Amino acid sequence: MAFQLNDTPPYQEALRAYEARLAAVGAEEMVINMGPQHPSTHGVLRLQLITDGELVKEVIPHVGYLHRCFEKHAESMNYGKTIPFTDRLDYLASMNNSHAFVMGVERMLGIDRKIPKRIEYIRVLVCELNRIASHLIAIGTYGIDIGAFTPFMWCFRDREHIMNMLEWASGSRMLYNYIWVGGLFYDLPVGFEARCSEFVRYFKPKLPELDELLTDNQIFISRTANIGILPADVAINYGCSGPMLRASGVKWDLRRVDEYSVYPELEFDIPVGKGEMGSKGDCWDRFKVRIDEVKESVRIIEQCLERLEGPLKRTADFDPRALVPKKVNLKAQDYYVRAENPKGELGFYFVTQEKTDIPKRVKARGPSFHNLSVLPELAKGVLIADLIAILGSIDIVLGEVDR
Amino acid sequence: MEIITRVQELLVAAFGNQAIVAIEESGLQAALVVASEALPEVCLYLRDHEETYFDFLSCISAVDNGVESGSFTVVYHLASIPHQHQLTLKTTIENDRTLDNLPVVPTVSGVWRTADWHEREAFDLMGIYFDGHPDLRRILLPDDWEGYPLRKDYEEAEAYHGIPIK
Repeated sequence: MAFQLNDTPPYQEALRAYEARLAAVGAEEMVINMGPQHPSTHGVLRLQLITDGELVKEVIPHVGYLHRCFEKHAESMNYGKTIPFTDRLDYLASMNNSHAFVMGVERMLGIDRKIPKRIEYIRVLVCELNRIASHLIAIGTYGIDIGAFTPFMWCFRDREHIMNMLEWASGSRMLYNYIWVGGLFYDLPVGFEARCSEFVRYFKPKLPELDELLTDNQIFISRTANIGILPADVAINYGCSGPMLRASGVKWDLRRVDEYSVYPELEFDIPVGKGEMGSKGDCWDRFKVRIDEVKESVRIIEQCLERLEGPLKRTADFDPRALVPKKVNLKAQDYYVRAENPKGELGFYFVTQEKTDIPKRVKARGPSFHNLSVLPELAKGVLIADLIAILGSIDIVLGEVDR
Repeated sequence: MEIITRVQELLVAAFGNQAIVAIEESGLQAALVVASEALPEVCLYLRDHEETYFDFLSCISAVDNGVESGSFTVVYHLASIPHQHQLTLKTTIENDRTLDNLPVVPTVSGVWRTADWHEREAFDLMGIYFDGHPDLRRILLPDDWEGYPLRKDYEEAEAYHGIPIK
């Protein structure tokens, strides 16, 4: 290395320290690169492992390969135009992203209480469908990480039905741009509720099958129970949220804490990790919490459908765009909105400016980003094969880690 | 009582009047403006005090207040899981915006470990230097990137490693 101590450019001490750490790797240790092009890293995540034989001594994550400048984009266009960009944060749960974003803008406009009930129920319905789709990916790919191929196919088969339904409603398979500030792109297509009920009837018996195949599978349990135990205090300190935090036994679900949208009117439980197969907060618990959340989402969908087909039935004169503002006129203010995404707490921090509908600053707090930041802590002293199990159980989406 | 007024009382009792610069109540969420030097102690106090118990750091956002104002704001959104309340802390730093004189804020990564990545992101994109941070490298952009893209006066480079990017 040609660097001298005294010609370190300003603010690069940490980079030099990191390079020195890698240069000082001893004869017993080896540096292994995992990713960015590797299926087990669920996207373009690069991990540098400092290993001693099969044991991982240290993990250095490198993120940013999928950085698409969401925040810079959001500062150069108005709120409505930013919604398609929010879809691309956690691209497996686009509805949930835009729901959070839209909620923040509506609260700043002061119209959040005026949104018609039918619109709110449709929003919750599509968000919960998307939550199931996202969890099915998490469950299926986790099976693949461990070596079980069939659950992956089954999960994708069921997810395909959800994709088709959401495509029918919005015109797009994954990136919907369906939830708008003040309303929706369109009302649900005629017959959507019936088809959705049909899906629920089809999907409910599939969950016990999945349990038999994967959740209670002895090989799966021995690979995941007691692996990557995350105590509740560490989870909170690292800002973990969503299933990651709940698996550690903390009953923290923003749908209940903040009671946003119509969630207070809906009945559902918050599954938490209990350490049934090993210790509380291990990989199996995180997996199990997702399985249970799918069941709860099905319950929510059933209640939404009941109301959308009953008291909130579509009428001919109902216009889901009635409250969509032509121009979002806000006074200069700042607001932080948070919502429960499939991966955890998604937050948007807005700083608005007077006389323009372009925000001064939009900061996105991606749950995957912070769930991933706990990985170096979890991976100290584990086997390399277990690292894959731990990483899969975190369920990251790189679109959201890098934004 | 609003949690923010109670927090203000507690902080004034513990640290005196210098730590709290102002209380902003104009928007939907009230915010406490804290002197940047006092930030780590204030955060540690708020995390551990039984009435506040802000154990969860939701978000750290760095905000560029504009080229004319010559200042940056760092906003901390805290939440308490047992009490289910939220709090916003802000600190503002004057700066001349040159690249070899970054605004300096003391790190809170010793209070919440999650601040580690938050602060790396703020350093990477906005150029805020967090004093005392254990590993303040760029996180989203390449290590040899020049400039801080979320600043209002950022200008894109013509090329990166000989690749035209404009």
